[in-house]
Amino acid sequence: MAGRPLGLGPAASPPKWWWWLFVVLLGAGLLAMPSLVDISVQLDVSIMLILALLALSMSFLWGYVGILSFGQTAFFGLGGYTYAVLALNLGETTGSMLAALVLPMLFAAVLGYFMIYGRISDIYLSVMTLVVTLILEKGIRATSGDQFVIGTVRLNGQNGIPSVPSLQIPWGGGAELFIDGVFYLAAVLLILVYVGLRLLLLTHFGRVLVSIRENERRTELLGYDSRRYKLAAFVIAGAIAGLSGALYAVWGNFVAPEMFNLSQAAQVIIWVIVGGKSTLIGPIAGTALIQYLTTWLGTQGVGQVTLVLGVVLMVFVLVFNQGLLPTVGLILAGLRNRMRAGTGR
Amino acid sequence: MEQVAIYAYQIGVSFSIFILISLGLAVIFGMMRVINLAQGEFLMLGAYACVLATQAGLSLWLSMFVAAAVVGLFGIVVERVIIRFLYGRIVDTLLATWGLSLFLVGGITTLFGPQSESVVNPLGNVTVGDIALSQYSLAMIAIAIALLIGTYCLWRFTRFGLIVRGTMQNPDMARGLGVNTDRVFMLTFGFGAALTGFAGAVLVPITGAAPPMGVFFIAKAFITVISGGHLPLIGTVSASAIFGAIDGFVAFVSSSVVGEMSVLFVAIILLRLLPMGITGHLRRGL
Amino acid sequence: MTGDTILETFALEKRFGGVRAIADVDFRLQTGELRCLIGPNGAGKSTFFKMITGQHRPTGGRVMFDGTDITAAPAYRIGRLGIGIKNQVPDVFDGLSTAENLWLAARFARRGPRARETVAAVVERLALAPILDAPVGELAHGQRQWVEIAMVIAREPKLILLDEPSAGMSLDETNRTAALIREVNRTTTMIVVEHDMQFIRQIATKVTVFHQGRILVEDSVDRVMSDPMVRDIYLGKQAAA
Repeated sequence: MAGRPLGLGPAASPPKWWWWLFVVLLGAGLLAMPSLVDISVQLDVSIMLILALLALSMSFLWGYVGILSFGQTAFFGLGGYTYAVLALNLGETTGSMLAALVLPMLFAAVLGYFMIYGRISDIYLSVMTLVVTLILEKGIRATSGDQFVIGTVRLNGQNGIPSVPSLQIPWGGGAELFIDGVFYLAAVLLILVYVGLRLLLLTHFGRVLVSIRENERRTELLGYDSRRYKLAAFVIAGAIAGLSGALYAVWGNFVAPEMFNLSQAAQVIIWVIVGGKSTLIGPIAGTALIQYLTTWLGTQGVGQVTLVLGVVLMVFVLVFNQGLLPTVGLILAGLRNRMRAGTGR
Repeated sequence: MEQVAIYAYQIGVSFSIFILISLGLAVIFGMMRVINLAQGEFLMLGAYACVLATQAGLSLWLSMFVAAAVVGLFGIVVERVIIRFLYGRIVDTLLATWGLSLFLVGGITTLFGPQSESVVNPLGNVTVGDIALSQYSLAMIAIAIALLIGTYCLWRFTRFGLIVRGTMQNPDMARGLGVNTDRVFMLTFGFGAALTGFAGAVLVPITGAAPPMGVFFIAKAFITVISGGHLPLIGTVSASAIFGAIDGFVAFVSSSVVGEMSVLFVAIILLRLLPMGITGHLRRGL
Repeated sequence: MTGDTILETFALEKRFGGVRAIADVDFRLQTGELRCLIGPNGAGKSTFFKMITGQHRPTGGRVMFDGTDITAAPAYRIGRLGIGIKNQVPDVFDGLSTAENLWLAARFARRGPRARETVAAVVERLALAPILDAPVGELAHGQRQWVEIAMVIAREPKLILLDEPSAGMSLDETNRTAALIREVNRTTTMIVVEHDMQFIRQIATKVTVFHQGRILVEDSVDRVMSDPMVRDIYLGKQAAA
């Protein structure tokens, strides 16, 4: 109780002061970074931040609404390709960036409508999103011929689209964002999305989402049309994944079918599961950790990174089901309890 | 007339591929409710087993049975080490088998390299009018149908089949009647894996064997079994027939990717109209 | 407020495969009534509730609620029209706290601060303050029942269906539940499924007996309890027990 007569419990308690402090410190740390480290580290951290957005889109759906969607990779790829094709065609990037948000949202809305309003079970939804992702990848790979041109841009199949324009500062007279600019943009967007999702979960809408995860039938009996809420969440997550994909295209000036790849999807899942899906910060940490691990493995010449990722995934599912952060939290709580017991409370 | 024969042939081949890649999944996912994302890699293992067996001097036909045995045993090991801890935890099963799938792709690439291995097609062509049809493809259609009938008979007419069906319906009841359900789950999973390995071997002369080959089939297999609905065999057959016809036709007039996309498109519409799958309204059967 | 028909079913039927769980049920309820449904296990009481609330779709017949045909309506629309149900097995948001559970229910009827007022009122009425912050999944069975009843009340429906509200409760809790039901009934129409005859005597005036998916008798408590046919199929076993 502790003086909160209508306190809200485990699902989403309003952030405390230390959470805001954490966000501010995180933001300050990220913004100070470019002046402290060299360019290669900046590039590495930028891609972590961008991919962390993708991880957030998945953990929002999975951890809070209970929908495990592999489609996030599809929306990620779609966002990247939308930005690439439009920016190359138009020579203008602000609108292309917006379109890279809107198109994945539309795609998520249509796909989500068929699956969610058809009331296929959550697990079938997982598999269907996986199938859609696989087939989109195949579709993109098959566009190597000369006939696959959108506007003036060749899709290039396997080889992807090179020299995607950098992001221009709106009304900046064509000035482009350089490496540190992209870094700042990614950092700011990640923090905005993180804080935004955290606050969204406190709203009525967010609470209904959590209640659907807990007990969909009861939510419906109370009068909520759960399908509408699920579809809305699916579309929001699609937008975040699309944003991540567009930033990815900006970061590397390049898009390729690998963006839709299954192992890309696997990596997102691994980030989320390693970090722990019951929090939003966990997946961000998981992304940084695994991204670091794969880069390190790459430099160690351990041939097949997939092999290691596969083992990581199996071990986490079988042994550390809650993910790293919550597991650490549980251990700490256990220690604290034991210490309290030791001092006789 | 020739046109009709070509279409019939294309659709038949496509149908048989759908049956081959989905039958093992129909047992593992359709009957046991285990979502096995490593299903494609079981297929790939079957293909590699077949390649190795023929390289060791066995005939292709014998190698198929070797592949089935190898993958069946592997399936039993997987069930003991991973799956059995995860019954009833559908999402975890899905993730763990996905880990297995990545592990197998990585492992096979490390062992055999990324290049594709092939087996010589032992059969020639037959000509119908002016068209040459591959005899092997015709044999494949026959094998697929034989496999289907064999599985049906196993479930329908044998003691083992009855025990398996009973156990999948109500494990507690079966346990109460003295069935060692643990073993039934293990053997059923192994049987599904063996079917998949056999299918992988049958596909080798057409597709070759390469580490990423599982990914090419997994989407089609899951679409088929999900659209089939809760009766694994009838569902798989009817979904294979529908999708095989669409895929065979579209792939022939356009390209295989377009064929696959139209299958996906139809499947999504179908699930909106029949969320329980094609057999959702049938009460009983296999 | 009494007098008009609030709920009526016509030849309602539900088949599961070849089994008719409910057949030819013509049921009529007046506004303001407190009706008890009794009958042995498998008589179709819960199925009847589930059809009224859109959890099962009837295979035949019609359901009218407050002038609207709700026969094939989805559960959320029926919830919005004003039917609240407590299912037989506690059906709550186990991972959320009591307060969150109630707020989600209250928020539907009233916005913003008014929702919190409703929650506060329900909390006081049912004395839920001590368990307000606890995750509902960690509460005892009886307490979870209370949370579910509180949710239904917080939703402020026109018609409340309670499926075995006293199951798993202590004698004291049962008595409090009976008092609560009588109190809520002053403003809301109710149907209660129960097995406990003591409990039914405490709350009901009119009782409907279900048997093998059909309505067997419908009469006052006393008459039903002395009906030889009812005693035979149902009460006889209870009396012997």
